[in-house]
Amino acid sequence: MAELFTLPVLVGILYSGIRLATPYLFAAVGETFAQRSGVLNLGVEGIMLMGAFSGFYVGMKTGSPLLGLLAAAVVGILMGLLMSFISVTMQAEQGISGIGLHLFGLGLSSLLFKTTMGGVESIEGFKAVRIPLLADIPYVGESLFNHNVLVYAAFLLVPLSAWVLNKTTLGLKIRAVGQNPQAADTLGVNVARVRYFCVCLGGMLAGIAGASLSIALINLFQENMTNGMGFIAVALVYFGGWRPFGVMGGALLFSFVNAFQLWIQVKGINIPSDFAIMMPYVLTILALAFATKRAQGPAALSKPYERGEN
Amino acid sequence: MKRVLNKVFEALLPLLAVPVAFLIGAIMLLALGANPLEAYGAMIAGAFGDVSGLTQTLVKATPLLLVGLGVCIAFRGGVINIGGEGQIIVGALAATAVAVGFKEWPGLVLLPLCLLAGVLAGAMWGGVPGILKAKLGVNEILSTVMMNAIAVQLSNYLLRGPMIDPKEIEAGTRIAQSALLPRSVWLARLVPQTLLHSGAIIAVVLAVVVFIFLWRTTIGYRIRAVGLNRDAAKYAGIKVPFYQALSLILGGAFAGLAGAIEVMGVQHRMMENLASGYGFSGIVAALFGSLHPLGSIPASVLFGGLLVGADKMQRAVQVPSALIDTLLGLVVLLVVGSQVISRRRARRRETRG
Repeated sequence: MAELFTLPVLVGILYSGIRLATPYLFAAVGETFAQRSGVLNLGVEGIMLMGAFSGFYVGMKTGSPLLGLLAAAVVGILMGLLMSFISVTMQAEQGISGIGLHLFGLGLSSLLFKTTMGGVESIEGFKAVRIPLLADIPYVGESLFNHNVLVYAAFLLVPLSAWVLNKTTLGLKIRAVGQNPQAADTLGVNVARVRYFCVCLGGMLAGIAGASLSIALINLFQENMTNGMGFIAVALVYFGGWRPFGVMGGALLFSFVNAFQLWIQVKGINIPSDFAIMMPYVLTILALAFATKRAQGPAALSKPYERGEN
Repeated sequence: MKRVLNKVFEALLPLLAVPVAFLIGAIMLLALGANPLEAYGAMIAGAFGDVSGLTQTLVKATPLLLVGLGVCIAFRGGVINIGGEGQIIVGALAATAVAVGFKEWPGLVLLPLCLLAGVLAGAMWGGVPGILKAKLGVNEILSTVMMNAIAVQLSNYLLRGPMIDPKEIEAGTRIAQSALLPRSVWLARLVPQTLLHSGAIIAVVLAVVVFIFLWRTTIGYRIRAVGLNRDAAKYAGIKVPFYQALSLILGGAFAGLAGAIEVMGVQHRMMENLASGYGFSGIVAALFGSLHPLGSIPASVLFGGLLVGADKMQRAVQVPSALIDTLLGLVVLLVVGSQVISRRRARRRETRG
């Protein structure tokens, strides 16, 4: 174990930990908006897959990762629209409709991948942008300030979202709709519109989260490449107590454990790699067990709203 | 008369989901440059057209039905079990371990013991989320998904390490699979020259048992009461957390049995990808059967047929079978999306008196 605690390895873990937090941050912050408005969107995984595919495909065809990112965002919004139509307008049981959306995204992304590409290819993707001066800080500089733009964007999204949720009228409306839709409705807030907005915003961020894998971090697309990340992102929202900064704490904890287990494998330490890969999932269950008693979620979470009920 | 018609309409409503999903599928097929009629024709002929297709359909329907029964119990108890995939894997692993470990024992003892091992392992895998839900209020959807991922890694470890077929080490190929199960625990073939095995009969019998359990026993009544209205059940003195945990444990037990039966009836050894999505498709089948154990029987046959037909379609018109996964997702969305129509109709009837 001692070889894990050398300076280069620790710097390496810091670098990968920051990097790996990116998809979790986008997806989980987006899901925070949906859940704060009262909609449990369990289909994040399926949206991420669609985002990952469309981002990759457009990025590959046009040679521009930026256009790929745009495509992923648009596809994410469309998936969010589908989810909001089923959950808000048709008032479906949200746990199950989310699973439906996941299966749909999983199937469609594989179908499109097989018919348009067929084999795994890789592309250039977003390049790292080194921030001058800050990146020159000894040891931590390179780890923190030499990433591609999506990594920075994911971390900037956190304070921005906290500000929107807590300090703006829009945030107030979102929280009101998630906490007490009847009261919000009486005060003239359009419950359905706010929920549509939040689920679509969440969908857009989930699409970007998927694209961050396929055009910024791994730079290739594979079937089911998210491998449970979307579900973990939903768990992080619970873990983070429905607050953006809490979610960021969870995402970092998670990505550092992940980075740690990758380095365990790189260093060939005598733990079966299967157990190393298992660690983040076990951690999620433990995290949920400790987090659930602590924080209370939005009161109307996963309850469809209809006027005149109650 | 009108009440009967209303009931019939509402029971048939989810059935509309399949034609609608297939209509959307037809548009996708056209976009992919394939003839939808030809594709669907190949699918139906492949799944139901001859003895070989039909038996394959029933072989696939068996795990779907068993997982679906567990899903029925869990959903009726108001908890959502997404953990079928992992529960199948641990059930299959446990049955394999017992069969290979005690292969000298007579089949009369060993075979039921293997099934039991599968049931218990699945129950344990569903029990962890169940107890976490009951004691700490942990969201069971998320914990069951995590348990799936953990089961996959556990299986990878066991099949490459302690449980690997010694022959694979000798030959140096090291394919991740267990030793062959002793013939004494192979489930009997129902039709010679096909894969159809007696597990299909076990599944149908259990569907009837689950129906009786949910609608004719006190425990089943309480599970349904908790699912229908948690608060009312609590006021009536029903221990809600206990029955939620029980629903998840039973759900796991059925999926674990599905894994044991898959290994003893079809593959005869544990290998990677044994669960192959049954955990998720089982949910679709149960939903489509209106979460009723008996309704799940035809629903499982239908979706078993879709899975078999998808492969045939892939060969006939070169459209990837992933199309079927997409359609399964649409079916779920349409079924849950259309439930509001029945609910609204029911309420309108109430207010009219």
